[in-house]
Amino acid sequence: MMRASIAGDEGAYRRLLEDISRSVRAMARAAFARAGAGDADIEDAVQETLLAIHLKRHTWDPGQPLAPWVYAIARHKVVDLLRRRGRRRIEPLENVEEFLAAPEAEDPHALSDARKLLETLAPRQRDIVTSISLDGQSIAATAKRLSMSEVAVRVALHRALKSLGATWRRSIG
Amino acid sequence: MRTSEFIAALAADPVPEPIRLGRRIAAALAIGFAASLAIFALLLGPRPDIAAGVNSARFWLKLIDSFAFALPSILLTLRLARPDAKPRALALWLIAPFVLLAAGVVVELMVVPQSEWLSRLVGANAMHCTVTIPTLAAPVLAALIVALRSGAPLHPALTGALAGAASAGAAALIYAPSCPDDSPLFVATWYPLATLICMGVGAIAGRRFLAW
Repeated sequence: MMRASIAGDEGAYRRLLEDISRSVRAMARAAFARAGAGDADIEDAVQETLLAIHLKRHTWDPGQPLAPWVYAIARHKVVDLLRRRGRRRIEPLENVEEFLAAPEAEDPHALSDARKLLETLAPRQRDIVTSISLDGQSIAATAKRLSMSEVAVRVALHRALKSLGATWRRSIG
Repeated sequence: MRTSEFIAALAADPVPEPIRLGRRIAAALAIGFAASLAIFALLLGPRPDIAAGVNSARFWLKLIDSFAFALPSILLTLRLARPDAKPRALALWLIAPFVLLAAGVVVELMVVPQSEWLSRLVGANAMHCTVTIPTLAAPVLAALIVALRSGAPLHPALTGALAGAASAGAAALIYAPSCPDDSPLFVATWYPLATLICMGVGAIAGRRFLAW
């Protein structure tokens, strides 16, 4: 599925990210519980992991299994987030497979820092990200509304996600 | 923002031109190496008695050992650039150049009288060597760090340090034909010192530029 996603199959990529988000959420929940941290930041950990996976997807070698790669990034991000929030470091999790196999429903009320971070983007970028993520519009519709070309919208979206990643690292202390 | 909305934004993000990490790092290495060679050709050049050197086992030990150090360092750096790296088996290869050098030192201690040990160790240009290797390593290290930014190393400082080691290995390979001191006693003292300097700079650069 990751191969199809890298080849540009948007639907496959979305389903893959959703699967991954469920596994990562289960993993993050266990890690947060173990570290004695509250549940409040779990969605941040999930989203930060997803963004890292998205921006670093080329570092996955298609000849290798996907799960250890995903798990390594998730663990890195979760540990990082816990450390930045000043909690004690977690021990490495033992049963990767168990966590990856345990899907969990998303809490529909779980909001995150991402919205706050959106405020740091340039207005045009923010508009595009909001339009596509919060309002669920397509690239084509967004391009039409903002009278931009689709390519320009895609480029702006990509830049916005990248700068979101950079701001995320700096902002959470 | 809800995660499902966030996923929608990610999925709508265009597929970038696929980045070939290995190729980027190889290109960086080639560019850095060419720059170091240019610096070498402009400022240093091979030593005048290079012909005599080529016939000495000590000279070749120096070259082979530089290569034996550079190669696993580079491969390890490449591996550490991916988050699911399994570097252990490869890391063992880093022991090889040290074993080789230690053997060279033992032989040198046996064939050279004790009174000459210290003068061989200090050599003719210890300072020059410790400064030149990091200088020649700088372009390689800089190029490697830039290329590694598109990687995802779980240990940025360690990855940077290994890039430093790789750059020092490459620099030693370039510098060795110009260095008039061939004694393993000299090589075992000053080359590792120069390498440690490169690794320290690499670790700092890694921490600063390779975190993601």
